[in-house]
Amino acid sequence: MAEPSRSSRNPQSVPEGVGRRRVLAYLLAAPTLAVGVRFGLDAVDGPAAEAAVPSPPQPEDLFDLGDLQNLAAAPTSGLITVQVHSDGTASFAVPRAEVGQGMTTAVAMMVAEELDLPLEKVRVSLADARPELLMNQLTGGSNSMRSSYLPVRTAAAVARERLVATAAAQWGVAASELTTRDGVVAYGTRKQATYGSLAEAAASARVLPAATRPRLKKPSEFTVLGTSRNRIDALDAVTGRKRFGMDHQVPGAKPAMVRRPPTLNGTVEAVHNTDAVRQMPGITDVVPLRHGVAVRGETFGQCIDALRALEVTWGPGTVDGESDETVLRKLRAAALPMVVPPLLTKKIDAEFTFAFASNSPLEPDNAIADVRADRAEIWASLKVPIVAQREIADRLGLPQHAVTVHVVEGGGSFGRHLFHDVAAEAAEISQKTGKPVKLSWSRTDTFRQGRTHPMSLSRVRATYALGQVLSYEQRHTSAQTDFGHGLGEMITSTAAKLPVAGNLSFAETIFELTQSSPYDFGVTTQLLNEVPLGFNTGSMRNIYSPNVTCARELIVDQLASRMGKDPVAFRRGFLKDERLRAVLDKAVEVGNWGRSLPAGMAQGIGLHAEYRGAVATLVEIDCRPETVNRKIRDAVTGPRVTKALMVVDAGFAINPRGLEAQMAGCLNDALALALTSSLHIKDGIPLEGSWDEYFYTRQWNTPPELRVVVMPSTSDKPSGAGELGVAPAFAAVACAYARATGTLPTRFPINHDTLSFEPLPLEPSTPQSPTDGLDRAF
Amino acid sequence: MPSHTFTLNGKRITVEAEDDVRLLWVLRDLLGVTGPKYGCGLGVCQACTSHLNGKAFNPCSVPVAKITPDDEITTIEGLPATVGKDLHPMQEAWLDLDVAQCGYCQPGQIMTAVAKVRQAAAEGREVTDADLDQIRNICRCGTYSRIREAIKAGAKNM
Repeated sequence: MAEPSRSSRNPQSVPEGVGRRRVLAYLLAAPTLAVGVRFGLDAVDGPAAEAAVPSPPQPEDLFDLGDLQNLAAAPTSGLITVQVHSDGTASFAVPRAEVGQGMTTAVAMMVAEELDLPLEKVRVSLADARPELLMNQLTGGSNSMRSSYLPVRTAAAVARERLVATAAAQWGVAASELTTRDGVVAYGTRKQATYGSLAEAAASARVLPAATRPRLKKPSEFTVLGTSRNRIDALDAVTGRKRFGMDHQVPGAKPAMVRRPPTLNGTVEAVHNTDAVRQMPGITDVVPLRHGVAVRGETFGQCIDALRALEVTWGPGTVDGESDETVLRKLRAAALPMVVPPLLTKKIDAEFTFAFASNSPLEPDNAIADVRADRAEIWASLKVPIVAQREIADRLGLPQHAVTVHVVEGGGSFGRHLFHDVAAEAAEISQKTGKPVKLSWSRTDTFRQGRTHPMSLSRVRATYALGQVLSYEQRHTSAQTDFGHGLGEMITSTAAKLPVAGNLSFAETIFELTQSSPYDFGVTTQLLNEVPLGFNTGSMRNIYSPNVTCARELIVDQLASRMGKDPVAFRRGFLKDERLRAVLDKAVEVGNWGRSLPAGMAQGIGLHAEYRGAVATLVEIDCRPETVNRKIRDAVTGPRVTKALMVVDAGFAINPRGLEAQMAGCLNDALALALTSSLHIKDGIPLEGSWDEYFYTRQWNTPPELRVVVMPSTSDKPSGAGELGVAPAFAAVACAYARATGTLPTRFPINHDTLSFEPLPLEPSTPQSPTDGLDRAF
Repeated sequence: MPSHTFTLNGKRITVEAEDDVRLLWVLRDLLGVTGPKYGCGLGVCQACTSHLNGKAFNPCSVPVAKITPDDEITTIEGLPATVGKDLHPMQEAWLDLDVAQCGYCQPGQIMTAVAKVRQAAAEGREVTDADLDQIRNICRCGTYSRIREAIKAGAKNM
């Protein structure tokens, strides 16, 4: 929910001052000024006061997934360090992954603000795996801003005060007489010194606790935080200089790819022509793996030729007998029962299914590995590098400290980089060939053998009478989501402190910590049951929320309709979250809710609160035949969202321009989930093998008009925002589609029952590249 | 091994490669030019989009033997020099509007955008929403709206 407390309609201001929390800071021994702080102590919000409301609080209301991550981080001893250099710049290695969401820019803004240094003089890099940080090096759950906000600012503020104290000592004046601005310490107009000129003198010869607690700026004093800033990596991105995994040059690391089995997780029984393939042009090595055969060569193109030429006998995979229909049958059989009997009341019962979806980023999975007899070095985009380091060390038979894991910039993630299977595979190939390798999965590999957001089934029962909703029950059943990447360990280590009862599984715990209904619908229960099936699954942006929220908001519209009310008026009547009410009101005003549209077009509204933030999405969809049937080569067109509005309350918006970008991304993900993009499982493998088969939103699907409204701050702390907009946007698109067509869509995406492409062959596992590219030049 | 000569980003180069190796791998793996990205190798995602004699094309879908000595190939790295500046107007528009998220598709998006604007100009008109709807480049971060705005803004300064 948006509100950390249950004080919904009478929000009490919870004291949020920094005096309530303490971040220990240290001066570190270094050639120039370096300040270290413990990371992750921020925002361990205390449980809030109970308040009487018709629906008792659900666990997520009291304590959410981000709080869990903060709690897990609290006892760790690792320090993060802001350093000031002799050239007047400051640097900070953030123990997180940057996968496109602007985290490095936001963190640089925190440093710039408290250090009084221009943003362009702050350099942020991604830290290598640091085992001493324990579970505090996990990028996920939209937690990065929430967990870094206080520690990073504290480190920068201590550094600024140390620079001031150094100048004061040199000039023989009181520190209180000095001011700082744009990287310069000034004593009125009499004396000035740049940070660079003070950096060495301000350094400490040994590790010391910072003498005093620094004064952090109040929001009213901010000149950087809360202002729109462009991405610090934008110039590199538009000039092609930004380096992603495969752009790094590691001596001797040559391309490698893998021939993969025709079913998920199939095994290698025999390779029949290893020697012949090793003789192919450019190829240096051919080595069998458990789930494939690796080839290494001079170019990726020659690796594709070689892997296609391999003759392999495959053993069975883990889900050979499974298809969409068999999975759905199992989900239905496992769905938990409803408990409220619909006696003497009216009711709505509905069942929604959500197809498998791929979290594949645009950058195909890849990693560089250089494994030697006594050590290994890995380069990959990893959101949980510590777990990767430990497990890769185990597999290689090396001690953990002998494996160096570098976190490189990722070309997207959407949940994929929580897993290190690709880095582990690269390490295995390097160990088996005895040579450094640059491993890339092919695009087809990523869709067919990569991680999927599993199929789920959401059943909802709502009962109502006399203008009141008396109960709301939601039973969400999913093929099992794999959380075996560190978040599970985090839950184990903090289980006793969580406000969820009983022996819940990791997945159930995460579900309870992320899901809650924002409406006063009487008896409210939302439960998860997961079926272990052997697919390669994982989280996808916003995990359970998009599907759960889509089902809920569709039912809310149905309830409104049954009670003869407008969807917005109905929501206003039952909302118990003031911040959601505010974003709803803003969306209604800016988006001109209720304006007249031609038959076949309609507006839809969706609401969702999570990560201590709140979003309302208002869209207009065009389902008229002339739009639905528009033709574009090898494309899924269909209904088009012509206008979209995202109204977001992110607590305190660190960088409104970045927040707008995240909301735009969330909306386009939502369009894909609602209308176009899914995996079709047939006989143990997804049929999709390219971006013209997995129909993520394209320019012909995206709304010509998109507007994002960032609400004024409602908190002094940022909420999570990178995933926050997917669920409400998915719901809004689904609700608009339902209203435009006069139907209740129950299977998502709506085009899933039509296979809109001819699947690529399953063998060889990677298709050959075309040769007719010049014919399509324009 | 066969050798291939062509002009790459304004420089005459010769590279040895088997005839059927796709140009993308010649650029990336043999010449170290990493602006064009591998996103699918199928001519679908458009992340490798570069220019051949000023026209947008996918190097992943062209065997290097099809490139002739008279051909001029421009990747994102060579785009600014085509206008004699540090940045092409389309790149400036991209920066002004803070288009990039992860950035992986952006070199291809910009090369496509420049070709689209030129194509419309050759037909004596400005780019339209219908033109933008035809752009096939995937942006998995979903920054499509800013791409559309940036193309229109960049076109004004081309």
